[in-house]
Amino acid sequence: MEQFASLIAASINAGTPLLLAALGLLINERAGVLNLGAEGMMLVAAIAGFAVGYTTHSPMLGFLAGALSGVLMAALFSWLALVLATNQVATGLALSIFGAGLSAFIGQRFVGLALPSQTLSIPVLKDIPFLGQALFQQHWMSYLALLLCAAIGWFIYRTRAGLILRAVGESPESAHALGYPVRLIRFAALLFGGACCGLAGAYLSLVYTPMWVEGLVSGRGWIALALTAFATWRPARVLLGALLFGGVTILQFYLQGIGVTLPSQILSMLPYVATIVVLALISRNPDWIRLNMPASLGKPFKPGAS
Amino acid sequence: MRISRRASLAMLTALAAATLIGCGKKEEAAAPAASASAPAAAPAKAEPLKVAFVYIGPVGDAGWTFAHDKGRKAVEEKFGDKVKTTFVENVPESAADAERVIRQLAVDGNKLIFGTTFGYMEAMLKVAKEFPDVKFEHATGFKTADNLAQYDVRTYEGAYLAGVVAGKMSKSGKLGVVASVPIPEVIRNIDSFTLGARSVNPKATTRVVWVNKWFDPGKEREAATTLIGQGVDVLMQNTDSAAVVQTAQEKGVYAFGWDSDMTSFGPKAHQAASIINWGVYYNKRVGEVLDGSWKTGSSWIGLKEDGIDLGAFNPDLPADVKALVAERKKAIIDGSAPIWKGPIIDNTGKEAVAKDVVADDAFLHGIKFYVQGVEGKVPG
Amino acid sequence: MRDLWPWKLELRGTPSRAMTYLSPVLAIVMTMLLGALLFIALGKDPLAGLKVFLIDPFNGKRAISELLLKSVPLILCALGLAVCFRANVWNIGAEGQFTVGALFAGATLVLIDVPGHATPGSLGLVLMIIAGILGGAFWASITALLRDRFNANEILVSLMLTYVAQLLLMYAVNGPLKDPNGMNFPQSKVFSSEFMLPMLMSGTRLHIGFAVTLVLAAVMTVFMTRSLRGFSLFVGGTAPHAARYAGFSSRSALWVSLLISGSFAGLAGAFEIAGPIGQLLPSVSPGYGFAAIIVAFIGRLHPVGAVLGGLVMSLLYLGGELAQSRLGLPSAITGVFQGMLLFLLLASDTLIDYRLRRKAKV
Repeated sequence: MEQFASLIAASINAGTPLLLAALGLLINERAGVLNLGAEGMMLVAAIAGFAVGYTTHSPMLGFLAGALSGVLMAALFSWLALVLATNQVATGLALSIFGAGLSAFIGQRFVGLALPSQTLSIPVLKDIPFLGQALFQQHWMSYLALLLCAAIGWFIYRTRAGLILRAVGESPESAHALGYPVRLIRFAALLFGGACCGLAGAYLSLVYTPMWVEGLVSGRGWIALALTAFATWRPARVLLGALLFGGVTILQFYLQGIGVTLPSQILSMLPYVATIVVLALISRNPDWIRLNMPASLGKPFKPGAS
Repeated sequence: MRISRRASLAMLTALAAATLIGCGKKEEAAAPAASASAPAAAPAKAEPLKVAFVYIGPVGDAGWTFAHDKGRKAVEEKFGDKVKTTFVENVPESAADAERVIRQLAVDGNKLIFGTTFGYMEAMLKVAKEFPDVKFEHATGFKTADNLAQYDVRTYEGAYLAGVVAGKMSKSGKLGVVASVPIPEVIRNIDSFTLGARSVNPKATTRVVWVNKWFDPGKEREAATTLIGQGVDVLMQNTDSAAVVQTAQEKGVYAFGWDSDMTSFGPKAHQAASIINWGVYYNKRVGEVLDGSWKTGSSWIGLKEDGIDLGAFNPDLPADVKALVAERKKAIIDGSAPIWKGPIIDNTGKEAVAKDVVADDAFLHGIKFYVQGVEGKVPG
Repeated sequence: MRDLWPWKLELRGTPSRAMTYLSPVLAIVMTMLLGALLFIALGKDPLAGLKVFLIDPFNGKRAISELLLKSVPLILCALGLAVCFRANVWNIGAEGQFTVGALFAGATLVLIDVPGHATPGSLGLVLMIIAGILGGAFWASITALLRDRFNANEILVSLMLTYVAQLLLMYAVNGPLKDPNGMNFPQSKVFSSEFMLPMLMSGTRLHIGFAVTLVLAAVMTVFMTRSLRGFSLFVGGTAPHAARYAGFSSRSALWVSLLISGSFAGLAGAFEIAGPIGQLLPSVSPGYGFAAIIVAFIGRLHPVGAVLGGLVMSLLYLGGELAQSRLGLPSAITGVFQGMLLFLLLASDTLIDYRLRRKAKV
């Protein structure tokens, strides 16, 4: 029983950065922008967060630095994709590749250093049998992510601003005709997305494994992108998906530990194969995808151009 | 995009021509030593011996490569301006890249080159053939040549001593190992760890989780978390990052530093560290090159040669545990109680080493079985 | 606020021909300039730094052979990717297709290369190359199938498949393809020399794969500008403003481009195994499939450009290595240069479709 509780707790732990990043990407994509640079943003935020957290001894400042660097990377992307109207896919890829190189470069002098591990739990609640261990022994960022998920859900579906965001994503031409500043809205969405990815990256280097090594993010940025699609751009499903993905990552080790004799490399494939299967299943029905996916996703908007 | 077909073919032809010209070009004099920085010293002084190191990871990994680099620094300290050391880090194991890097180092005038991971073996063999007057040293492999020696450290001795501590400190008797890749060295370490633990607690068991990477903090953490969730309260690792120690600190269990002292990553969790001291070997070999007595061969240094030790003890570690470790260490060094002395049964019940027989190095090199107490099957 | 910036971007009537060629040159020059600034910031002599990066890799026959050798997988993958990207099929999984190609090729040799075998060297080599091509094509076809049948986004699928491919290779060298005489190390046996690619330049590691690559580039150039199918792939399929999900042009363009791309990547993988690596290892590529994406873009998605771009990228790799051993620069410098190059390229590409105009004073 305790094993199961610890499995859930570990899944939440592993799913938190995925949730944070995916929520930010969700906002991006709702506005119609596809930012494939998530991995690069998370990497730069991870080193920035660690560097600041280490030198100032303040994880709070570290998180702030992470969010800020995410915003800056997103701004770079925005300048290229919104102002210069470059191809979003190529620009996003460039951001990822550059982020990988830049983070490794900055991180040179921080390899081999450590931050103190943060013991995490909510007092009182953590002592509840089973649930206490499963749910209430997380870092405050995990709970913040949960709040963020709820807030985004409310924002998208219950506020006027959210409606405008969705309109921009569905049909930027119509929104533009109605007088809304499409590129400005997309810019804001991108910056927010960058901040979220930044928090996710900082979480990895400040909380998950409080150290820096090259490539710390290990592909989670790409998984977050898959997660957003997997959840059909709905915040509640993103939460579920993040837990699932976090869980699958842990599951491969869990199965090994209890003696399941599948080769461990095959087990390690689980998260990736799961993503593919899910993508295939949800994309299957073109009508359904069209109903759920922002129609203008990935296409540059050029006011004035045909 | 409209490049006329003729223009394209013209460009390709030009490129092909350039290649052919390159083929015909005579090999230029060996690339001028980049050490144009070495100032012209007084004529009587000999040229410093150029020694190069090839690393698979970053020098700051706080683990395997960090330990090698410490060894390199030891050489610089001991030999001063009689040597000039260089290193190239993050060189992948594939011969495609390693060969080029190693050859370049030889061309650049390095006379002693250390390759610090198994995957460089084939590349070093090839380059060694081409540069008979350069001496090559390869770590953790098994092929040698007239100018290619092989060296390794008995990490299993460190693992055994850690096991002794683990056996003493574990309350549940359940031990765990976060393991990298199922090669004999790692299996040997898991086994030795278990032998050490069972020598003080015959009921101790070891559970193993394979990460399939030498270095991946996220995965190492996840593996450690899983083991802890399954009741393990002392962890050992055969991976290169400090994530396991950090995770142990967070969850309130014990762990060991691997290859280097990892106390700073988990002061309460870190009981001791199996620390490799490559400097001992590097100094010896550099000295032999300098005085002309270098010969090829296979070296496997351990506790006896001071190449490895269990150190960086936690200040709260009970004195009797430390004393026991010291006693066992002495017994290993003087041969009175070798680690791999029979009877040793594998975990299927078969006898692996007969009573009173001491396993030799050849046997140790090829270990593919788990000893009693280790749960599960050896992968592959 | 906007009026503080005196220039604006104005759409050109037709895309500028000159800028199409100038843009990569501009990007390369700017990358070097930024690189020089980086060297200064790191306390190194910028000229020495640029020399190590740009000149030293050409120093001598051996050095040039290594430069050309390293460019082979880059060019091959980029040739295939160029076809894909033109067809608006965003194949990010060349790395995985490369890996599976290498795996199939290596597996073939493991089967053939047993003591006392009767297979002539050249036959074995041909078989393994075919296996490599089939492997890469097969892997790419999974992406194509999922896109075709299920509408699944090829970017994410091909990327996830890359991770799966790498794990598959690791499984193979740890298990079924492991060298029985290799002390249980995760690698296959070293393949006999009769199955290895013949050398193009004796005394070096440059094998005929390089010549094959150039020939393929030439063939592709002809194919794209001559045949109708090639032309349609060349131009990118349907009308540019097709308002479809992810905009891939047509079913056949999807399959053809992915199969071509996968085959080329698989071929590159086979060449690596039959060339510089000579066996199967847990990892056979330091990211060629991803670097090839940059190469394809530098090369304007054109076969000749892919060749030139591959050489530039190879230069960056080798220069970065030399910078480590000769200047003590950190190993991450190569990645920074590569990333900068792609960014600057995308930015300067804007000038193909737009021109800078001074704003009229209001």
